[in-house]
Amino acid sequence: MFKTPTELKYAKTHEWVKEEDGLCVIGLTDFAQDALGDIVFVNLPEVGDEVTSGESFSDVESVKAVSDIYSPVTGTIAEVNEELLDNPALINEDCYNAWLIKVNDVTDSEELLDSEAYQEVCASEA
Amino acid sequence: MKLLFELSKDNRRLNLIPPCDVEQVQLDERHLRKEKLNLPQLSEVDLSRHYTELAKQAHGVNDGFYPLGSCTMKYNPRIDEEVAAHPNFLGLHPTQPIETVQGALEVLYQSKQLLCEITGMDDMSFQPAAGAHGEYAGLLLIRKYHQARNDEERVNIIVPDSAHGTNPASATMAGFKVINVPSNSEGGVDIEELKKVVGKDTAGLMLTNPNTLGLFDPNILEITEIIHEAGGLCYYDGANMNAIMGRVRPGDMGFDCIHLNLHKTFATPHGGGGPGSGPVGCKDFLKDFLPKPTVEKDSNGYHFETPKDSMGQVRSYYGNFDVVVKALTYIKSLGKEGIKEASGNAVLNANYMMNKLKKYYDVAYDQICMHEFVLTLEGLKHETGVSAMDIAKGLLDYGIHPPTMYFPLIVHEALMLEPTETESKETLDEACDVFIELHKMAHENPEHLHTAPHKCLIARPNEVDAARNPILRYVFKND
Repeated sequence: MFKTPTELKYAKTHEWVKEEDGLCVIGLTDFAQDALGDIVFVNLPEVGDEVTSGESFSDVESVKAVSDIYSPVTGTIAEVNEELLDNPALINEDCYNAWLIKVNDVTDSEELLDSEAYQEVCASEA
Repeated sequence: MKLLFELSKDNRRLNLIPPCDVEQVQLDERHLRKEKLNLPQLSEVDLSRHYTELAKQAHGVNDGFYPLGSCTMKYNPRIDEEVAAHPNFLGLHPTQPIETVQGALEVLYQSKQLLCEITGMDDMSFQPAAGAHGEYAGLLLIRKYHQARNDEERVNIIVPDSAHGTNPASATMAGFKVINVPSNSEGGVDIEELKKVVGKDTAGLMLTNPNTLGLFDPNILEITEIIHEAGGLCYYDGANMNAIMGRVRPGDMGFDCIHLNLHKTFATPHGGGGPGSGPVGCKDFLKDFLPKPTVEKDSNGYHFETPKDSMGQVRSYYGNFDVVVKALTYIKSLGKEGIKEASGNAVLNANYMMNKLKKYYDVAYDQICMHEFVLTLEGLKHETGVSAMDIAKGLLDYGIHPPTMYFPLIVHEALMLEPTETESKETLDEACDVFIELHKMAHENPEHLHTAPHKCLIARPNEVDAARNPILRYVFKND
């Protein structure tokens, strides 16, 4: 059973989303970090870059493979978590605190799932 | 084992270098180094032993079975080495006057002609140094083509989800956006999904056929037609050419440009650095964009030419020339019939192994395969806890190089086996026996496999730590 905190929303592509101080915070879920295995490198976008709902904004590299990370929302990047550049292992250790980006001026969002619905997605893919 | 730097002793050197017979000149002060280089100082015998020791710790095709999928680790005939080591090739200098290297140019010209015949292309450049470099040059051909027609909106390269990782990487490097297209239930390209992603923004498609599942896509003509109708070009990744050489030609499947891996398909040594050779070939309408120089022939003999709208050089001089010499030797020693027989036996060997193993292991796509096939150990892992990694590590104790692991990504717990045509039935039988024994061991003594290998000097290096905290160079005492 993967951790899916109830206060978060989830994308089918295994990103979590949370509202915080008017910004939209995005990270990788427990299911995603488990499937990827030990993450060794994170490629982050820059502050000011535009993200588009359903399109890739970053990629992470594990010993197994490089995988794209998709943005569940459309908007402008206000902050990136630069701590991950030096310590990508944080995503494996504590994925719900190791956020990737914070997005401003959100104009669009894909349909997000609640914890329960996302658990079902994980169960069907496991 | 000690590094060269650790073996070094101050002022120890070898005295066998003859005195310099060329006039010595003193360089201008500004060109001189300020500090001494940290070069290891050793005697020749210590140096020689060091490399022999390293070689003993490696596993090559000459040590044993090497079924590394999509890498075509076939045996490299000694005659290739003999020809490449001919003093008249060895002593060449790349800037020699053209009339003194006519033989070398003939090698490039003949190789071009033969490889164009095998692939159904019209022209070829030997500049790219290896496979991914050839992919990159091929994509630049596609880009130059669209640019020349002022069709700059074509920014998308379509790549199936079973593709080699280098395909999306090369497309990105060449300035394209990568669009993934999923596979259908038979492991081929999903035609309906492909139709959805093509359009005015399609620059081209990158495909390897047979694909990384070892399956020949029966819809190939429809696939290339869909791309052409949308105004895109089709690029053939030659990684799996060993399955079809002498039988089917990418040019006849509708591909406009290709790269070959001479080091895989045409039997030149590779793995551990190569060098490789990744010639890029194309149909007539693209040849003006090829990297320069190309070799042409007229009544005065052979000469170099710069194609009219050339993308320029992608490497120094003429690529890895010695690899081309070996590949040409291979093609000429096999001949037209031999080339065909080689690909036939490569496919036969893969099917033989697959059918022996499928009584024990699950085959990801259970159908007739080409030169390679993919096992999925998901069921075995679920049942016994033994993963694809454990089985791969277990093979090492039997002197077998593991298959490609965890690839293609669309198959879980994947092991991808490519036995190649140069292995005898006895070798294949012995390898199958080892696989079957490991399957039994997974059920009876899984712990033994979790901790395998037990007979190797290095067992399970910490890949995660190596990637997260790489040690990129030796740290000297005086650093």
